[in-house]
Amino acid sequence: MSRAIRAALAAAALLSCALSAPKADAAFFPGVVFDYGGKYDKSFNEGVLTGIERFRRETGVTYKALEISNDVQREQYLRRLAEHGADIILAVGFSQAPAVAKVAKEFPEIKFTLIDGVVKLPNVQSILFSEQEGSYLVGMLAALSSKTHTVGFVGGMDIPLIRRFACGYEQGVKAVAPDDHVITNMVGTTPAAWSDPTRGGELAKSQFDRGVDVVFAAAGQSGIGVLQAAKDAGKLSIGVDSNQNHLFPGSVLTSMVKRVDVAAYNAIKAAQDGTWQPGVRTLGLKEDGVGWALDENNAKLVTPEMKAELDAASAEIQAGTRKVANYDETNGCKY
Amino acid sequence: MDDTALWIVSLLASTVRLATPLVLAALAGFYSERAGVVDIGLEGKMLTGAFAAAATATATGSPWAGLAAAIAASLVLALVHGFACITHRGDQVVAGVAINTIAAGLTAVLANAWFDLGGRTPSLDGTQRFLGLHFPLTDALRGVPLLGRLYGEVVGGQNLLVYLAVLAVPLTSWVAYRTRFGLRLRAVGENPAAVDTAGISVPWLRYRAVLITGALCGVAGAYLSIAQGAGFQENMTAGKGYLALAALILGKWRPYPTLAGCLLFAATDALQARLQGVALPVVGAVPVQIIEVLPYILTVLLLAGFVGKSIPPKAAGQAYVKDR
Repeated sequence: MSRAIRAALAAAALLSCALSAPKADAAFFPGVVFDYGGKYDKSFNEGVLTGIERFRRETGVTYKALEISNDVQREQYLRRLAEHGADIILAVGFSQAPAVAKVAKEFPEIKFTLIDGVVKLPNVQSILFSEQEGSYLVGMLAALSSKTHTVGFVGGMDIPLIRRFACGYEQGVKAVAPDDHVITNMVGTTPAAWSDPTRGGELAKSQFDRGVDVVFAAAGQSGIGVLQAAKDAGKLSIGVDSNQNHLFPGSVLTSMVKRVDVAAYNAIKAAQDGTWQPGVRTLGLKEDGVGWALDENNAKLVTPEMKAELDAASAEIQAGTRKVANYDETNGCKY
Repeated sequence: MDDTALWIVSLLASTVRLATPLVLAALAGFYSERAGVVDIGLEGKMLTGAFAAAATATATGSPWAGLAAAIAASLVLALVHGFACITHRGDQVVAGVAINTIAAGLTAVLANAWFDLGGRTPSLDGTQRFLGLHFPLTDALRGVPLLGRLYGEVVGGQNLLVYLAVLAVPLTSWVAYRTRFGLRLRAVGENPAAVDTAGISVPWLRYRAVLITGALCGVAGAYLSIAQGAGFQENMTAGKGYLALAALILGKWRPYPTLAGCLLFAATDALQARLQGVALPVVGAVPVQIIEVLPYILTVLLLAGFVGKSIPPKAAGQAYVKDR
């Protein structure tokens, strides 16, 4: 019920924009469609927001950002931006892939950049991240920090992408301590699982009761509940996508950062410069697409020995001498 | 052995945490429905309470102010419900649905307008929330197997609103069955004409019932956003109001059986979180999806056969029209 109303409101807002601001001449204008969770999710979507905000500050170019509140709107909003004559449209999130495939065909002149998903069309750029590599490193850090030899993982929606996080994390843990336990939970199996912090917190508490003392949350907004629960219980947590160390300083051990901000910035910048290329790009440790966050908020939690060990592993992964299995390619978490 | 004990204690503690909002909301529904006013708007009142609590706690820094605001906001909606259904004899279900719709839209819009965080309120820190109370002797008793932990983590260690919910059940039972107000409340839900004949105002009685409902829903909402959680999120009640209503029906509109219904729902939910990815004897690890439908299957089974016929108050859903 609420969704219908909010959709109607959003549509009305959009309509008023359409009426008041027809596209002015040929000025460069990027558009972005955020996914569930919204642009302030402190995580994945917010990463993209950071990137385009940086672009706006540096170039003075304004953009149009839309947030969906139900599934149908992905396609509607992409088309709306395309009809408005956006030069490049950023579609955030794997679940936008079908909508991008459809709309990109209708507007072959417009550039589409899909983050976290793949669409093979001549005017679509697909950006993927090697989440398993970043997760591997934070898994190592979790194992190095755990005193109970039991660490946890709370995923959002149970999809291969999140399994890829979980699998990389588990490999990292086992690389440091082969006998440590990893307890894995998923918030749910529908997109609502990205925005249920109560349930995320409850899952985290259930893991703490089972001996977990470091928990990695890859669950969008639900992850905030996990981080909060860890703070309340005096345990350590690991954030995801954006650097979440500042949310609960001293309790967030680190964040597995996916540089979606850099990816978003680069895509728009390239479109403006005319260097934009379609195709699939995978950003890993080597491309600085993933990594782990170290700043003043978690400096006390990470000893120089830990940092050295992670840096060494990171170098090995980049050189290809240490292999991290990819859940999607190994058809299950096999390593 | 120790692992099993730990598992049980953790399951019980989680059950208590998850049952609290259900108990408060179900008791809220108890007052309204026993007085003959069907209240499908529990969900909306809880949600409004949750938002008011989080917003006020953010602004003032005091959980008590948050709790008061939650109750006040929920009371306003309860009065709207009463005004529509009691004074103007509107359809009770329609009014309830309207309240849910208003609450879902309004909280999200206001949260976005005031805090600009995409429908959330800022995260609250410890002093702005009701945190777990540390009971005396917890540390001394920790060494006692099972009971020590039971005392420290299930009986103690919960936040204030949990104890309020626990107290609300016997209190409701006492009010409903041992006081004059309770007798009249139940009578007005069964046969308002008889109450009217006795010279007691039907609308005033029903208004009082609806106001109690509002207050309890406000507490339930505050629990979600400033005790169990630390901030408001869009639509954070996630159907708990309806679940509470189901527990009320399962409990045949009686306080203690309703409590049992709430505990059952909470326990299956808690179990669900704990069974994920755990290898069970005989069957091995069960897929997440199957475990997630467990509470619903159980509810259907119970409603279908085990609890027997559940008969609502006779006058529930009907506006009272004085005969001329």
